[in-house]
Amino acid sequence: MTEEKISPELFEHLVGLAAIALDPTQSEYLRSELNKQLNVIEELKAIPIDESVPLASHGVVINAQNMPALRLDEPRPSDHAKRIIAQSPESEDGYFVVPEIPHEDI
Amino acid sequence: MALIDLSASELIARIRRKEIKATEVLDSALERIQAVDGRPGSLDGLPVTAEDEKKVHAFITLTDELARQQALEVDRKIAHGEDPGLLAGVPVTIKDIFCMDGVLSTAASRILSNFKAPYTATSVARLQDAGAVVLGKVNLDEFTYGSSSESSAFQPSPRNPWDTSRVPGGSSGGSTASVAAGEAPLSLGTDTAGSIRQPAAFCGVVGVKPTYGRVSRYGLIAFGSSLDSPGPISRTVKDAARMLQVIAGPDRHDSTALNQPVPDYLAELKKDIRGMRIGLSPDYFNLSFPDPVTGELQYAEIQEEIGAAVTDAAEVLADLGAIIVENVPMPNCRYAIPAYFAISRVEAASNLHRFDGVKYGYRTPEDVGDLIELYRRSRAEGFGLEPKLRILMGMYVSAAEHASAYYQKALKVRSMIRNDFDQVFDPHGEHQLDALLTPTTATTAFKRKAVYGNSVLMQYSDQMTVTSNHAGVPALTLPGGLDENGLPIGIQLIGNDFREDMILRIGNAYEQITADEAWRKVRPQVLQGEVIA
Repeated sequence: MTEEKISPELFEHLVGLAAIALDPTQSEYLRSELNKQLNVIEELKAIPIDESVPLASHGVVINAQNMPALRLDEPRPSDHAKRIIAQSPESEDGYFVVPEIPHEDI
Repeated sequence: MALIDLSASELIARIRRKEIKATEVLDSALERIQAVDGRPGSLDGLPVTAEDEKKVHAFITLTDELARQQALEVDRKIAHGEDPGLLAGVPVTIKDIFCMDGVLSTAASRILSNFKAPYTATSVARLQDAGAVVLGKVNLDEFTYGSSSESSAFQPSPRNPWDTSRVPGGSSGGSTASVAAGEAPLSLGTDTAGSIRQPAAFCGVVGVKPTYGRVSRYGLIAFGSSLDSPGPISRTVKDAARMLQVIAGPDRHDSTALNQPVPDYLAELKKDIRGMRIGLSPDYFNLSFPDPVTGELQYAEIQEEIGAAVTDAAEVLADLGAIIVENVPMPNCRYAIPAYFAISRVEAASNLHRFDGVKYGYRTPEDVGDLIELYRRSRAEGFGLEPKLRILMGMYVSAAEHASAYYQKALKVRSMIRNDFDQVFDPHGEHQLDALLTPTTATTAFKRKAVYGNSVLMQYSDQMTVTSNHAGVPALTLPGGLDENGLPIGIQLIGNDFREDMILRIGNAYEQITADEAWRKVRPQVLQGEVIA
């Protein structure tokens, strides 16, 4: 059995990076699931892979021939702003309203 | 048999011949929904009653007014001799992972429970332009994360119409359940690791994952951007082909929707399958899973009846003149789930960053001191456990110190899985296959709550399907029989890039020749004892 890769401290760090919050029960459950999943992902380390095998970001061949052409670099006015702003929980004069943005003294 | 039990092809023919009206078909659909669906999934948190347990619960949002307008428009066009479209008057359900202008588009998540999209996904727009009648948005696993549809924030989650104590599969469980229960002949789902095919197998319907890049992802709320594909769900192969015809093709809003000509799928179905080379791979007839105690990889046989259904199908296809090629090696498919964990979680974490309570969707009502607290509280309250789990794993796997060990290694494994397919489909290679024939799943539909909560075991139910998502190749599932509990068995056909025509052709041939099999006459549990008008 592989040792636990994700300690409670590392888990808290990940929670911070993920910008979420959890109660203690949720934390324990998710930390345990992460470690179980990692046991599976660990199997990747044991797979013999030749240096020459390329990384594949997708399976299907995508190249200049089958990719759609980029559109012309011409300005095209869009009238969607109102509809997009209408989605927001709080807005004012076409701006999204948010609480204080935290500052750090450099 | 009610109107809504007819195939899409049959409905379209009768509508065009003016034998029935689109509004009558709609009425039939709404009647069926009323009879079998029960209350829609919601956030109200009311306890599930004994009555609830007998219903399908496919829906989140019923768009009956919109549907009525669309049906009336089809009838108007017919009356005026105008072309009503390739899917004229056919009711369709839409997995609630697609944006629809002015309609709640929730991703089955609290974080989007109030979100009315300001635009319509391309695949949905194409269905509407072709005259389809949108009945509404159907339920799924939250953000498509799951293989049972149980993780939806909108409860009750969908049940399997063949046995409502069992899951319909996931994540397109609402889609496949709505089609199996005869609420609509068609549904639009999505497939990232098997999310169309696995629930389609569990629900005894046809499900197609097109080639990556065949169908535009514009307006599809993203999970794994290199893996996702929208696709058709139906009760017949011909209906799936018709629906694919409508949604396939390039789209200037999606740079990964490739410039590949779209064949006439319906015309291709008419061709026979003599001489087609169909492979069987032993690597798809057993399943691997990590031992729950030791974590070591174990091997087990798949459910016996499923293996038997595939072997029987091979014989049927051989009788039709296909050449069955046995012992085709696909050696890298055993690494597909570990690689999928790494790749999909990184993409999921990235795609979920945008849900922050600022621009749309859920914002915490709590008094928060600053913007970071707003993000944290909104995401904590808005996301369910499975999205949180995937974000956390994505953060870990993509971190600088782990990326080469896990993520980059996984991308190399992806190359190797792709290579397995390139080898077997190579027209000058050893096997020269036109398609692979495999089981779709290792088991038939499991009981509700039997697997939920065990994220590893849940992911492993996608073993046979996820390889095609890694490789990008098209695959479909179709009904291949029932097991001893009367539960549907799915058989899978996997084809080469952009050769949906090939697998649809084989699937159609199989479906036609087995049309009179006794198992095809059995109806799902929720439809048994129904008064046939």
